[in-house]
Amino acid sequence: MSATKETTTQEPETPKVSIVVEFSGGLEMLFSDQRRHSLSIPATDKEGKAVTISYLIDYLCNRTMKDARKELFVLDDHVRPGILVLINDADWELEGEEAYELQNGDNILFVSTLHGG
Amino acid sequence: MPPALCAVCKTERALIKRPKNHQKLCKGCFIEIFEDEVHHTITSSQLFSRGERVAIGASGGKDSTVLASVLKTLNERHDYGVDLVLLSIDEGIKGYRDDSLETVKRNATQYDMELKIVGYDELYGWTMDQVVETIGKKGNCTYCGVFRRQALDRGAKMLGIKHVVTGHNADDVAETVLMNLLRGDLPRLSRSTSIVTGSDASEVKRSKPLKYAYEKEIVLYAHHKKLDYFTTECIYSPEAFRGSARSLVKNLERVRPSAILDVVRSGEDMARLVPGATPDACGCKGKAPPPPQSAADDENVGGCGSSNGRTVGGDMAAMEKQLRANEAAEAAGLETKVSVSRTEAQRPNSQKQQPEQQKTTGTRLPIITKQTLGNCEKCGYLTSQKLCQACMLLDGLNKNRPQITI
Ligand SMILES: [Zn+2]
Ligand SMILES: [Zn+2]
Repeated sequence: MSATKETTTQEPETPKVSIVVEFSGGLEMLFSDQRRHSLSIPATDKEGKAVTISYLIDYLCNRTMKDARKELFVLDDHVRPGILVLINDADWELEGEEAYELQNGDNILFVSTLHGG
Repeated sequence: MPPALCAVCKTERALIKRPKNHQKLCKGCFIEIFEDEVHHTITSSQLFSRGERVAIGASGGKDSTVLASVLKTLNERHDYGVDLVLLSIDEGIKGYRDDSLETVKRNATQYDMELKIVGYDELYGWTMDQVVETIGKKGNCTYCGVFRRQALDRGAKMLGIKHVVTGHNADDVAETVLMNLLRGDLPRLSRSTSIVTGSDASEVKRSKPLKYAYEKEIVLYAHHKKLDYFTTECIYSPEAFRGSARSLVKNLERVRPSAILDVVRSGEDMARLVPGATPDACGCKGKAPPPPQSAADDENVGGCGSSNGRTVGGDMAAMEKQLRANEAAEAAGLETKVSVSRTEAQRPNSQKQQPEQQKTTGTRLPIITKQTLGNCEKCGYLTSQKLCQACMLLDGLNKNRPQITI
């Protein structure tokens, strides 16, 4: 019960979560034609809450996406209808959608169904 | 939350939530059920006959790639005894098809299927690049769509194949139903819900085995089976993305996922009320399969980027009217009217319209209960006009072909 060695020093470094975000089905065109992005993002938001998919979407729009056509990815603050989101290969509807809290090592895949067949 | 388990095998982790019934499935069970449902569509509509050669309209995109993969699997599993061939169209857009044709070539190897690539230049004497040179970038998707629609049939004919299957999915059908409903075009509504079109005598029969498959599940199937498909936006069609009927379908799905199949079924039910039409529902209600609908060339013509009709489909009616009125159509001027914006096309005062035409255009949406289909005077293609749409467009184009001075 005595050995609490670690928790003393590291205050200023904000903790991060490392995740992999992938885009396919044409969405990669909006993200520098790059399919796979390894990201290290803050583990908590401004209010100190664990970051969620919703936070990630904001983050992607503001930090990762160079393309100006944000509306092709996000519409009315939500992922554009017709874009599928898979969290570790599972439909995000099974994982709580935008409220899902990101974990270290997560793989988040955005697939557009809107491009040609 | 703890991972949900598959509702079928109850052992694996659920990865898929089905739009049509919210069932949670693992990868393996999902793939099996998806294939079983396509098999059900094929057998209940008696789409194939043993020994038949069937061309798969292949663009390298997700729908046709999934179609090729599933048909290969089912043909082997259930011994349909059909001979599957990949048929691809090269529109002649420099650079655009390179990657997708490479994809189709890989698919041909992966699925061990014969591949035939047919160019617009072979079929029409014009590549899309040449069309764009002549008429400009706006509106060329219409040309591309009209040419493509016939290209598969003509290509199949060249190969001596009488049956073409396309990757049209439930979302595509729902979109077409909504558009035809909005414009009150019952004959086309009837045709667009039909799983089989064409096939009278020498005509090429067309069918859509994925008619009841959600686009979402098609994408998930491709993802989980790691299929090799290609996506690109047609470079001439930045607005292909924003088809309003398409957005409507996707928004409906967001609110209530089953809405897509509900629209398809409603479309079938309404089509049944159209005089002279015998549309299908899933044939499993114990009835014999419906006779195929005639395929006029106005059915579900799409924009580019895929073998599927998409978004700009019903614009053809409006455009066709204008074409007839404007006859030679000042092909250069066309581009203002055949653009994706259908509100433009229907607005009485959209530019370049003759006064006498305003009458018809202003009071559009006539309810036509029957249409007489004949053959195009030039090429013999089935059409409700004297000339089929491709020949009409070609007429305009050929008049504008840059003169070669000798
Ligand atoms: Zn299972
Ligand atoms: Zn013709």
